[in-house]
Amino acid sequence: MRVRLLFFAVLRDITGKSEAEVSLADGTSAGDVWQSLRRNHAALASYEKPPMIAINESYATPDTALREGDELVFIPPVAGG
Amino acid sequence: MNFLTDDPIDSTAVARRVLRNSDGACVIFEGIVRDHHEGKAVESIFYDAYRPMAEKEIARIVEGVKKELPDVAVAVVHRLGPLRVGDASIVIACSSPHRGESFAACRAMIDRIKQTVPIWKKERGPGGEEWVGWQK
Repeated sequence: MRVRLLFFAVLRDITGKSEAEVSLADGTSAGDVWQSLRRNHAALASYEKPPMIAINESYATPDTALREGDELVFIPPVAGG
Repeated sequence: MNFLTDDPIDSTAVARRVLRNSDGACVIFEGIVRDHHEGKAVESIFYDAYRPMAEKEIARIVEGVKKELPDVAVAVVHRLGPLRVGDASIVIACSSPHRGESFAACRAMIDRIKQTVPIWKKERGPGGEEWVGWQK
């Protein structure tokens, strides 16, 4: 399945991009994608637990299984206001 | 839904949106860019957001506060992009027939917005820049 990843704030700086489309095996969870990001970016190595996660613009848990066409966003600590 | 803007916020205009003839109180909260954070000097801030979700999240918070305090009218605008010291990053206006509900609503709005709305800020100062809340 294809999933669209968007990167904001510190995660855009670390990954060097604002979005990516990835091909994933069925059953892949949002948390699995975080672990794969950690493997690819040394700056994330100490973040074993993902930050907050949004799937299709709603908060979700790391164990949520992704589906074809989902938009997945890892939400680093928010600082609005 | 249009809670986000890239332009300076006119707090009087935000307040005008909530005032009704039956209101006897209007509380306006302005969040302002200050010149320091955790002992470090701050010269400017850049606000970033996951815009569609931030709009939805703010709408959800407004609905929640209105449900808890049904006499209150609420308006909120959050600014994004580059801001300087002294600029308002957010303006919340709450009005109600009596003051207690407006104070409570304004307080609840800013506290909740800070917790869950996907908005981030990068502080810039003489020592460099960093995303607030991210532990390196």
